[in-house]
Amino acid sequence: MVINITPYSGLQWSDFWYVLDGAWRTVMLTIVSGAAGTLIGLVLGWARENSVILRYGLALYVDVTRSVPLIIQFILVNSVFSIFGLPLTPLEVGLLTLSLYMGVQTSELVRAGIRSVPEQLQKAARSLGMNYWQVQTHITAPLAIRTIFPSWIGTLIGLTKDTALVSVVGYIELLRAAQIVINRSNETLLILIGVGVFYFIICYPVSLYGRRLERRLAHD
Amino acid sequence: MFDYQFYWSMVWSKFPDLLDGAYLSIQITAISIVLGLLIAMPLAIWRHSGRGGPLGALAATWVELARNTPALFQIYMAYFGLGALGLHLSSYAALLIAITFNNAGYLTETLRGGMAAVAPQQTAAARSLGMTGFQSFIHVVFPQLFVIVFFPFVNQINWALLNTSLGMMIGLRELTGATQAAQAESFRTFEFFIVAAALYYLISKLISAGAHLAAWRLFKD
Repeated sequence: MVINITPYSGLQWSDFWYVLDGAWRTVMLTIVSGAAGTLIGLVLGWARENSVILRYGLALYVDVTRSVPLIIQFILVNSVFSIFGLPLTPLEVGLLTLSLYMGVQTSELVRAGIRSVPEQLQKAARSLGMNYWQVQTHITAPLAIRTIFPSWIGTLIGLTKDTALVSVVGYIELLRAAQIVINRSNETLLILIGVGVFYFIICYPVSLYGRRLERRLAHD
Repeated sequence: MFDYQFYWSMVWSKFPDLLDGAYLSIQITAISIVLGLLIAMPLAIWRHSGRGGPLGALAATWVELARNTPALFQIYMAYFGLGALGLHLSSYAALLIAITFNNAGYLTETLRGGMAAVAPQQTAAARSLGMTGFQSFIHVVFPQLFVIVFFPFVNQINWALLNTSLGMMIGLRELTGATQAAQAESFRTFEFFIVAAALYYLISKLISAGAHLAAWRLFKD
């Protein structure tokens, strides 16, 4: 079998910029929904750990978010807003769904982190005269954040990969942009591998960093 | 503002299609997880043993590629990428291969982590009692490894199920694809997909319940 790949035949520079624009959108989706999702997750996780009503009230929502495919969540968010007569743009659907999804994932980490802090430490802090908020911010939070940071990095990598699914509601991010150019130029392998390399270059260093942190935390 | 009329009857008339899709999703999940495990076991043992060589490089590349690129990219590679190389797969085969690839990568890391958690003295003690390397793995290491990796493994089954939903993107009629096709006639998108979501939830709960039942039977002492 002769594999004949002639680079850039049929491809133009404008295609390169088109795919690069998609790459930028992927990065932007990750940063915005990563930041928003983390904030949501911190509040949600803290609330679920500290309020019985919220713990049981949100249990079903969390459970459903984690066991329904993300692709269906995009479609549902999109159609729910249309039903209410407030259609969102594909970007808004993407950011909203990804942020909520990231929020739920982060809230699970936050809960585990809070539970990893021994109760005695909080009691000791209280008996030293700290009030509730001082204990939360000076004792629980620093220790919990330390514990969950490596897993949070893993979640962030997951989010980067999940941005590829926003194309289902019509947003043109990296993978969709690549597919559009492939359909026109037929340069399947070249573009697809290029896109894979891009995702890998973003995710791999971050996951290496996460694993190094995890090892360091395990040692001391 | 809210003048939307829900029509559920269309969903029920297409419900058998959705069930066929669900069956396909479960089938692909099951096959891909078994194949993934069969591939991951030797790769994990090799990685854990620390012997490098071509197999070590293969295992490392496999794990990093599977974990650091989107599952949808892996599916496109199997469907369009292999197609460009002249290997035209059906969307079923492409999805199965891509999800097996993904499962194998994640499970290799899970198993390797589990093996690292079993104390090396266990193997040393077994070997000094006269067991062969294989015997000590089967009788001493494996039972401990099994307990450690059981729930991460169940998580992977659920992940595989969620990933099968990407079959829609290459035109496969698994649960998501079947739902997409069924709603295209009436555009009752919300009604159809909320039912599909409920089916996914149900399947995932059944997997978890089965796992907890198995764990209760196996680990009750």
